[in-house]
Amino acid sequence: MAVLDLRRKLAILSDAAKYDASCASSGAQKRNSLGGQGVGSTEGMGICHAYAPDGRCISLLKILLTNFCIYDCAYCINRVSSNTARARFSVKEVVDLTLNFYKRNYIEGLFLSSGVIRTGDYTMEEMVRVAKSLRLDHDFRGYIHLKLIPEASPELAAEAGLYADRVSINIELPRDDSLKALAPEKDVTDIKRAMGRMRLEIEDRADPARKAGRRTFARSQSTQLIVGADAAKDGDILARSANLYGAYRLSRVYYSAFSPIPDASHRLPLARPPLLREHRLYQADWLMRFYGFERPEIVAEGEDLDLSVDPKTGWALRNRGRFPVDIQTADRETLLRVPGLGAKAVGRVLAARKVARLTLDDLKRVGAVLKRAKPFVVTVDWTPGALTDRDSLKAALVQPQQLSLF
Amino acid sequence: MRVVRLACETDFAGWRTAARALRAEGVEPEGVVWTVERDLFSPSPCGEGAGAGGVSPANSEQTPPSPTPSPQGGRGFTVPAAFLELAEQVILNRAPERFALLYRILWRLEREPRLIENPADADMAKARDMAKAVSRAAHKMKAFVRFRLVEGAATETYAAWFEPAHRVTEAVAPFFVRRFTAMDWTILTPDVCVAWDGERLMVSEGADPADAPSEDAQEELWRTYYASIFNPARLNPKQMRQEMPKRYWRNLPEAALIPELIATAQERAAAMVAAPTRPPSERVLKAALRHSRDASFGQGAPTTLEEAEAGIQLCRRCDLWRDATQGVPGEGLGRAPLMFVGEQPGDQEDLAGRPFVGPAGQVFDKALAEAGVPRDQAFVTNAVKHFKHEVRGKRRFHRTPDRGEVAACRWWLDAERRIVRPRVIVMLGATAALGLIGKPTPIEANRGRALQLPDQAQGLVTYHPSFLLRAPDAAAKARAYAEFVEDLRMAAALAGLT
Repeated sequence: MAVLDLRRKLAILSDAAKYDASCASSGAQKRNSLGGQGVGSTEGMGICHAYAPDGRCISLLKILLTNFCIYDCAYCINRVSSNTARARFSVKEVVDLTLNFYKRNYIEGLFLSSGVIRTGDYTMEEMVRVAKSLRLDHDFRGYIHLKLIPEASPELAAEAGLYADRVSINIELPRDDSLKALAPEKDVTDIKRAMGRMRLEIEDRADPARKAGRRTFARSQSTQLIVGADAAKDGDILARSANLYGAYRLSRVYYSAFSPIPDASHRLPLARPPLLREHRLYQADWLMRFYGFERPEIVAEGEDLDLSVDPKTGWALRNRGRFPVDIQTADRETLLRVPGLGAKAVGRVLAARKVARLTLDDLKRVGAVLKRAKPFVVTVDWTPGALTDRDSLKAALVQPQQLSLF
Repeated sequence: MRVVRLACETDFAGWRTAARALRAEGVEPEGVVWTVERDLFSPSPCGEGAGAGGVSPANSEQTPPSPTPSPQGGRGFTVPAAFLELAEQVILNRAPERFALLYRILWRLEREPRLIENPADADMAKARDMAKAVSRAAHKMKAFVRFRLVEGAATETYAAWFEPAHRVTEAVAPFFVRRFTAMDWTILTPDVCVAWDGERLMVSEGADPADAPSEDAQEELWRTYYASIFNPARLNPKQMRQEMPKRYWRNLPEAALIPELIATAQERAAAMVAAPTRPPSERVLKAALRHSRDASFGQGAPTTLEEAEAGIQLCRRCDLWRDATQGVPGEGLGRAPLMFVGEQPGDQEDLAGRPFVGPAGQVFDKALAEAGVPRDQAFVTNAVKHFKHEVRGKRRFHRTPDRGEVAACRWWLDAERRIVRPRVIVMLGATAALGLIGKPTPIEANRGRALQLPDQAQGLVTYHPSFLLRAPDAAAKARAYAEFVEDLRMAAALAGLT
């Protein structure tokens, strides 16, 4: 095989990594390079250093160590049966690339994943070597996210946690039966056990009593579910998410609209990625995590979300008896359930109403989306009257298609 | 009409002094015109410490504000700390009306001391928007500065040319100090330049793009990365422009690629959709088959604990495996005189894959120690091997397994009994009793005496340790705990362990 130059390798191994939606660099332990030998800082808030024309944040150098893989997951561009070009970085190449990019302020750090070569342990060991070299040889204090290989040994996973700010394992398919069909070598129990062990490690190391004198440890773990590669309904996907958040305290579940890949498997639908569906799933996920909704309130298992309205508006339309709510007196939990009011706007409403009686204009100034909120709220100068119960209300709230597809 | 001339665009100290004097004098906001001195002969940058360097890198990006009385000894007044914090941000905005807006808010604060707490007020909303634009500009500066290696410098030195949307360069400089402490760097902007030599931060007057290096060898790699990480099937240039406004593009090496990436995206995506799929080769299919796991477990009952564990992991006799992490098999001596059977794994057991390691397990261990029963001389397991629960918010709550689930799991419990062959089996709680005896057996009525089990073993029923945690009051708790320890003692004696 011809020797590939660095640029060609980078092209192959970043192209192979782009189907992973996660690029977050937030939530790491705060640290900087003062008094250190190297570069790097993480200050809580993530930074997107660029945006690709797909509108997605580029925060990290997101690459695979290699895209050679012994597995044959149908949805994956790197599966063994794909005819995609193959490459492999050396540990040093990844380390140098990360540092060179970081010093030029292109990135917040590294997100390293890999195809599985030889064995899970061998692959994991190589990935850990990269993180270890960055941290120990170069005193790198930027962000590191490592993908865990589920079948790698618990000791290696724990070592990855020593050098990474976040670790993740992708479940990819929301239903176990489709995992079996499309990713025959992936074992869902392996994945869950690895996540379970990692939650115990993270909680154990975060325990202040044990913290003293220890190296820092990864703060969080996340996963990704592919949307649209199998027959799973939105209700099934969100039920899986609720289960994952509850069981493993994941900081994020990413939803990735299944996107056509070069040399795709004949077992999968080749179509435009369902971006609107992905968007609605993120909205529903937010409702579960920040707005006090339980999954069954949003969508039943075996059913899909209504794509025409956001899930909070959908819930409000199905529960009109609870509206309108009085902006001046309603409690926080109730306000969070009002369409058009985000968590930030609710916080401002609570502050502002201590000082003034709020009008619709005030509501607009605190950041509410009046078009959606109006049918559901009463203010000092507004009452929706019969509007809340009108049959045509839903039609009026349907948003024009905002996401541009193709 | 009063005219105030400030020393420069970001002259917060000057604005503050003037505003203090004006308000003390009772000059209404409508009667003041705010201007900035443009002195061509002393174009030095603004602010205290300008040009002199010496900004400590540990400084936060804003100096902590404090309510300050008037220095002139006039009518003293204080303002909320939140106002000063806001004003310091707003002053960095390029909008010419910022000085007047801030003075108007200061003026209104006298009559409306709680104005600052009202995010819905029009002036406050305006100020907040200006501050937000400033903090966004600061954030974008942290994101979009692109350093280039300075060729021919004695040490590794980097420089960047940047045009911030608002006058945030000095405010953001400490961020770059903290991030690139061990590196020499300069950021040049039209307003002001900041430079770090590893020890001190130096501020100097604005510069020209020609003063920065015009290229860097790494940019070719960076552009390669940028182009490759883009997914043409998800083209969304509007979203991109919202987050990375065009005004920044001319200083971003990757931005030159954008037009072509957009232009060819549709074609590339359509080609992927239209491409005929090729079936994988026979060789690959064979390899995949070889690697794939065999989910069916042996038809016959397991004869070793290892076989039992493997079977438990693959068990699909009921649906509980779906939401659980893993099956939790029993653990302990392979041949033990004493066996403890609990209900089912809990949150911690489900994660760790081991029985009785959570809060109930700790009570159990404590009671065992008091009863003088060594846990490692026994075998500890559960009637149901997967964790039945429901998720509420971010927590998993225990749910009692139903009779069907207990019956389905009895296969594994019986297997463990056959392998371990205990003389005495202690059933911890009602579910365990159901699993072993096969019918509901009230605990209070049956505890404290040995029951004959069909396989010659003797059975004892007692409380589940988590019942002890839930007892309604301290007295009931103490009584139940004492009875529990007593039962454990009796079991150990029956098993010949004490």
